Amino acid sequence: MLDKYTYTEKKATRDGFGAAMTELGRENKKVVALCADLIGSLKINTFISENPDRFFQVGIAEANMMGIAAGLATTGMIPFTTTFANFSTGRVYDQIRQSIAYSHKNVKICASHAGLTLGEDGATHQILEDVGMMKMLPGMTVINPADYNQTKAATKAIADFDGPVYLRFGRPGWPVFMPEGEFEIGKAVLMNEGTDITIVATGHMLWYAVEAAKKLEAQGMSVELINIHTIKPLDEEAILKSVRKTGKCVVAEEHQMNGGLGESVARLLATNHPSPMGFVAVNDSFGESGTPTQLLEKYGLSIDDIVAACQKLNA
Amino acid sequence: MSTDTNKLKQIASQVRRDIIRQVAAVNSGHPGGSLGCADLFTALYFDILDHDPSFNMKGEGEDMFFLSNGHISPVWYSVLARSGYFPVSELATFRKLNSRLQGHPATHEGLPGIRIASGSLGQGISVAIGAALSKRLKGDDKHIFVLTGDGELQEGQIWEALMFANHHKVDNLTAIVDYNGQQIDGSNDDVMTLGDLKGKWVSFGWTVLEMDGHDFDSIKNTIAQAKSKRGSGKPTVILMKTEMGKGVDFMEGTHNWHGKAPNAEQTENALSQLEETLRDY
Repeated sequence: MLDKYTYTEKKATRDGFGAAMTELGRENKKVVALCADLIGSLKINTFISENPDRFFQVGIAEANMMGIAAGLATTGMIPFTTTFANFSTGRVYDQIRQSIAYSHKNVKICASHAGLTLGEDGATHQILEDVGMMKMLPGMTVINPADYNQTKAATKAIADFDGPVYLRFGRPGWPVFMPEGEFEIGKAVLMNEGTDITIVATGHMLWYAVEAAKKLEAQGMSVELINIHTIKPLDEEAILKSVRKTGKCVVAEEHQMNGGLGESVARLLATNHPSPMGFVAVNDSFGESGTPTQLLEKYGLSIDDIVAACQKLNA
Repeated sequence: MSTDTNKLKQIASQVRRDIIRQVAAVNSGHPGGSLGCADLFTALYFDILDHDPSFNMKGEGEDMFFLSNGHISPVWYSVLARSGYFPVSELATFRKLNSRLQGHPATHEGLPGIRIASGSLGQGISVAIGAALSKRLKGDDKHIFVLTGDGELQEGQIWEALMFANHHKVDNLTAIVDYNGQQIDGSNDDVMTLGDLKGKWVSFGWTVLEMDGHDFDSIKNTIAQAKSKRGSGKPTVILMKTEMGKGVDFMEGTHNWHGKAPNAEQTENALSQLEETLRDY
């Protein structure tokens, strides 16, 4: 079953976002976009050229962007804010908290260049705390799709969903292996059925989890692999059903261990089905400059790190 | 709706009573700025705004008002109740458990008239700009108003918003600054001087008007002038001179009543200075 996950090309998840914005611009006249001086990075050039009246350049002023988005949403528009993940969250946390989350505004916070895989720009821009910040906000939906196709489908799906959403994606070219057009908010994707261990992965780490699962199965381990694109609300039933069968779980994410998906899964299991767990994530550290692959390896997020975490639990 | 000045004065007296009684009942809240803005709010909701108290969130076909300095919630709650958004008796629940009248305004409990939470300062002009852009997109020719405090202008986001409104020619928007010169820790000049405030707004590309926030004719005329600037391609701000605590002699002209409730004796004194023109709740 894992064999079907292969790829012929790499494309960035942010390109999937941009492609979906082009389609949304044509299909949904309520969709408006805002950007804080990063149009090219967010891949929304086509949306802008086709819908100049529904795009607002805010300049390097992210706090103002969040407030304007809240005002647009109040009057029934569907604003998509676009900038890097760092400037989409920590820099504007209070604006999101008061004007968007607490006020339940239908704003889509679209955040590129998340995590270590931003690469050479270094730790100032490699936010690894964004999922934690955003999942703590009551009523916030948090989504971290795995590849180009899933990001494109997620972007389309959140336009039809009423409520604030944090959509996290990334910079580098990455294997395209998920089917096109399939996305249901809050519904995990069972990638592979197995009986020995459950791997839960989100975002870029899902491809690494696929590769790790292939290695483990070659060694005779039966791996159940779950794609959690929606970190909040978490598909608790899917995870519980799997871990009740396998009895152990490894979570892989491009984020701090503190506050990440792993902690959400740990709370779920601790309160429902206490089970041994492993965490493949950044351990209380900032990143640094380097290529995406080098950084994932140095900070313990490689394919072999997932393999090792599973072997340790299954020993 | 149009209301004559004498009637507005009567309503404002009751609004000031409502403010004192709300904060006194729970021994908390912000009477100073609320009293200072009582005349503006009365003029807005009983004369200037084209609004519908049956309330719809999107405000289509209506003027829309946003409050950035959310701590003056008592004055807003009073005029909303007195103009029919919710029962006047509900003012008795201000700041109490399970109330829709939160310490700072919020949409979370569904209070009619409130379109966004405010209290953490500096965010309201941005929100109002978003609403103004939306009206422009929809071809809705109604107007957007937003009130901010003066101390609040120390927040950086304010100046981001001012730059944007000029750049994008948001001229269906009027900002009003409650220019009372006071904030929690003292006068603006003591805490963080605002300097040439008029010059600052002018240099950010805004049309600047000034008015006396305790003179209904000044309020009506200046806001009418502000609305007439539509089509100019420039947003408008009104620097509104007010006195914190206006209407209660011992609260006037000081920052000491920014966020403090009067005790029983002070409450009695304050209410004796404010005629009950509509029924107390």
